Amino acid sequence: MKKTLRAVTLGTAISMIMIASANAQTLRWASAGDSLTFDPHSQNHGQTHAVAHQIYNPLIYLDLDSEMQPGLAVSWEVTDDPSVWEFKLREGVTFHDGTPFTADDVVFSFQRAQHPNSDMRTLISSVKEVRAVDPLTVHIETNGPTPLLPNNLTNLFIMSKVWAEANNVLTPQDYSAGEENFAVRNANGTGPFRLVSRDPDVRTEMVRNDEYWGMGEFPMEISRIVLTPIQSAATRAAAMLSGEIDFLQDVPVQDINRLNNSANITMLSAPENRTIFFGMDQGREELRTSDVKGANPFADIRVREAMNIAINRDAIQQVVMRGQSVPAGMIAPSFVNGWTAELDTVPETNVNRAKELLTEAGYANGFTVTLTCTNDRYVNDEAICQAVTGMLGQAGINVRLDARANSIHFAELQQGELDFFILGWAVPPLDSHYVFDFLLETKTPDTGAWNFTGWSNEEFDSLSRALPTETDLDERNAKIARAWEIVQDEIVYLPVHHQVLNWAVRQDIDFAVQSQNQPMLKYLSFK
Amino acid sequence: MTDQTTHSTPPAESGVFRRFLDSDLFYDFSRRPIIILSALLTVVIILAAAFAPWIAPHTPFDPASLNLMDGFTPPMEPNAFTGNVYWMGTDSQGRYIFSAILYGARISLLVGFAAVAFAAILGITLGLIAGYKGGWIDTVIMRIADVQLSFPAILVALLIFGISKSLIPNEMQEQAAIYVLILSIGLSDWVQYARTVRSSTLAEKNKEYVQAARLFGVSSLRILARHILPNVMGPVLVIGTIGLALAIILESTLSFLGVGVPSTQPSLGTLIRVGNEFLFSGEWWITLFPGFTLLILALSVNLLGDWLRDALNPRLR
Amino acid sequence: MIAMLIRRLIQAVLVMLVVAFISFSLFQFVGDPINNMVGQEASQQDRAELRERLGLNDPIPIQFFRFVGNAVKGEFGISYRMARPVSEVIAERLPATLELALISGVLAISLGIGLGVYTALRRDGWLSHFIMSSSLIGVSLPTFLIGILLIYLFSVELQWLPSFGRGETVQITENWSTGLLTVSGWKSLILPAITLGLFQLTLLMRLVRAEMLEVLRTDYIKFARARGIKQRSIHFHHALKNTLLPVITIAGLQLGSIIAFAIITETVFQWPGVGLLFINAIRFVDIPFMSAYLLLIALVFVVINLIVDLLYFAVDPRLRATKRSAGR
Repeated sequence: MKKTLRAVTLGTAISMIMIASANAQTLRWASAGDSLTFDPHSQNHGQTHAVAHQIYNPLIYLDLDSEMQPGLAVSWEVTDDPSVWEFKLREGVTFHDGTPFTADDVVFSFQRAQHPNSDMRTLISSVKEVRAVDPLTVHIETNGPTPLLPNNLTNLFIMSKVWAEANNVLTPQDYSAGEENFAVRNANGTGPFRLVSRDPDVRTEMVRNDEYWGMGEFPMEISRIVLTPIQSAATRAAAMLSGEIDFLQDVPVQDINRLNNSANITMLSAPENRTIFFGMDQGREELRTSDVKGANPFADIRVREAMNIAINRDAIQQVVMRGQSVPAGMIAPSFVNGWTAELDTVPETNVNRAKELLTEAGYANGFTVTLTCTNDRYVNDEAICQAVTGMLGQAGINVRLDARANSIHFAELQQGELDFFILGWAVPPLDSHYVFDFLLETKTPDTGAWNFTGWSNEEFDSLSRALPTETDLDERNAKIARAWEIVQDEIVYLPVHHQVLNWAVRQDIDFAVQSQNQPMLKYLSFK
Repeated sequence: MTDQTTHSTPPAESGVFRRFLDSDLFYDFSRRPIIILSALLTVVIILAAAFAPWIAPHTPFDPASLNLMDGFTPPMEPNAFTGNVYWMGTDSQGRYIFSAILYGARISLLVGFAAVAFAAILGITLGLIAGYKGGWIDTVIMRIADVQLSFPAILVALLIFGISKSLIPNEMQEQAAIYVLILSIGLSDWVQYARTVRSSTLAEKNKEYVQAARLFGVSSLRILARHILPNVMGPVLVIGTIGLALAIILESTLSFLGVGVPSTQPSLGTLIRVGNEFLFSGEWWITLFPGFTLLILALSVNLLGDWLRDALNPRLR
Repeated sequence: MIAMLIRRLIQAVLVMLVVAFISFSLFQFVGDPINNMVGQEASQQDRAELRERLGLNDPIPIQFFRFVGNAVKGEFGISYRMARPVSEVIAERLPATLELALISGVLAISLGIGLGVYTALRRDGWLSHFIMSSSLIGVSLPTFLIGILLIYLFSVELQWLPSFGRGETVQITENWSTGLLTVSGWKSLILPAITLGLFQLTLLMRLVRAEMLEVLRTDYIKFARARGIKQRSIHFHHALKNTLLPVITIAGLQLGSIIAFAIITETVFQWPGVGLLFINAIRFVDIPFMSAYLLLIALVFVVINLIVDLLYFAVDPRLRATKRSAGR
């Protein structure tokens, strides 16, 4: 024991010295969750893409301002045939293993991403064929004109065909069946960093790719990245405060002030591409968890309006979110096509009017219902639900709260078992159609996959379904505006707020937040 | 010195209370200020929890009575938005910490007492049966006890919690949470009682007065209840007291791991868990006040249990 | 002796079967694994196919027998969450937990026995009273709160020790990496080991004290005193030796519970061991992992129990079947 203690003391002394001489160009990066896999087509998952962007490149990527930028493609445009897009590829790019990048790799990667194992295939379901015209030109043919195709390609990473053949990873990892292939823990991309070691959920190490095509173009000041996922919010904050990490994604909102007050830390913040809202099952005859029998209170728009104005979004923003959210009136943040300030206006809180509306609807004594909520998915999700429970209670609706892990929540939600639920939605293609398609169109096997409200509106459906092939942009935007109008009039959902992203970096680091929550570390520089 | 006061026949007119005041136990108690303080604190917390609805300024379990804008008010300082002042401050939802502690202690103590009672009744019954009947019943019961004793209570509780959760329909889980918690903690802690009671039973069973009673045809139940049970109550009281502290801590640990009572009806453990998130951000009162209450409660009960054990075990005097 | 051994072995196997059934049935109906495995956009048909492929539609007894058969071979299936064989993941993470458990165990046993002996010999010294009172505070504070307070003090305020993880590790074999060979590894170990060991330390200390006090009262020690044997020799040669037998067996059992208690410590310190994986597995309803973990813990306990039983046979011919229990 004595010996052990001595070893510890000695060790402490030695490492103090080591920290002092630490290499300034190593970036110790921490986040709440880890990448699920390095196979670039296996999972359509935020953090997985965020890590993959350091190693792989898509044809087009979203920069720090969420603007589309040329990645492996230098230009893209629709050819004379409106169903065919032409992509000009970047010249002189090599993969990490030295093989040159050509059009064949693009064709291969699209085919791979269309394999049934791929989680990315929905995003390119409109793609009919990808052809290599010459080594640096690719034609993508779609089923009918698809004006928004480039929007769907920003997370579609390009793999080396030669490498995939050599390592027998021609098809994506079958994640759901628990398959593991060579590409899961090894990677060969064209990106700014190359993978050195990978220990899932514990530690991932990357080093700078000195052959990167953007070497002169971007700062590229980091020589080594060590990524450590830290689940516990308190531990994440503590690790940042104690200087054990240099860059923290997913800063807990309650710790922003403390981190901000630390001289060694700079806080970065920007609106996130994610809106939090509540859904109500309006289609059923009778709710499962309510004391109202023989009728569904949510089917009455007066009840929905009462709930809408009973929720004090500003209070939630100020207290629960500590200012780190943007109160919302619609399910799409400001950078999504179709957003307008008018649609996103937050309804004024008026508890008395809410009570009147409930009385008019025949619920003068209120009613009971269960609100189902996650407690590990969105920023302060359970606290938001608790607050809303109280606010609705003040209007007379007796809400019971059931908060649980998101795995159970989403399972029950998808089985259509919930009366009143929380949900958060991101819009990666930055277009309203993505919201309509998933959340608002009438639920059929092909549409309204996440519409669990039972809401169905013919006019809305016809507007939304016309959008994918509408090539006249003005006409298209007019349709989007009309569709949103219907949604707002009907109060289909109760939007709460748009999340705000908060990153913390060491004070001598120069960086900016990207709304997709995908740090592009090639832009990071040291002061 | 002996603690077997129950068997010395006191003057009939003095009554139980008189008898207690005359006992060695009370004499020892009266000479230990720390134990008196512990007993006092325990009683105060129990009473405060029991009468929480009359003492607390508001009902923290009624979400409609909360004003979110009151959230995060520091103790003795006005709230930034509403200007209200609360002497222990408020939590993230605007609950008064003082009320929340009273109601939280109520839940913690309820779970603690109920779990201990459940464990004690189960353990005593099984221990008596095992010790008195012997044979294969004894083997089965004690073997189960051995197996369970080798698993930490936390794992057993997690396991039972999981089983109950899968059996109870979703919409009832919130109401059932407290009972599930009592069941999990209680079931994880019966072994100690069973073992102690069994060995005392084995010892008493062969004593002459029990043999004699048997010969006279006194029923087993009566022998167990009248002769054997009173003799095991001392150790059971000790185990129960320490068990209460353990149950309260176990409840808070389960709450920390996210399988405790719902956060709309927080126990002390849940309050600490929720407040814990705000410790680094400077809102220390949300977690420290409930934490301190839990510490005082568990410590007092532990001290009482410790003292009881020593006092009832004359060899350790 | 042999017959007894065989009986104990059969009992051990039975226990394992019971635990296997519990761990199998416990997670049979919790959550829906399919939903965790497929993306938001999968169709009902995809889900049904996957359900069939994983055998989730088979009758329960068939699923159970398949489960036991595979478990014996060390196959617990593929983790739903990590998409890798559970046995592989556990083999990879077990060293972290074992190292943590070992160091906290050493800490708890050495300090526990030392302080226990001290407080027993100096029953009325002020230091003994202080140690005994602080031990009560230690027992009365939940483990997670101790961990958080340690992090707050030593990581955030003093910035002496890391608040999370294992630090740098050295790969010894393909699956075995150790933090015991690097400075940062040792530094990272200190706070979690203290947090985890504290409870067992106080438990052992109180047990040693109680046993020691009891032994010191026995006629045998009184005789030794009467014969004029030196105090020191009585305390350490005669008394402590007699105390240690039950203490060591209890300590063995405590090592098992340290591994299970590591769930809490690993959560607080983000220690990449099996306990942290277990909590994650519960959150993600990762059934294969959860059952494997429970079986692993059960196996550890059954083996330790068996060894303890054998120790009893070896040391105490009278086979005192009921030893004083020592807490949990």
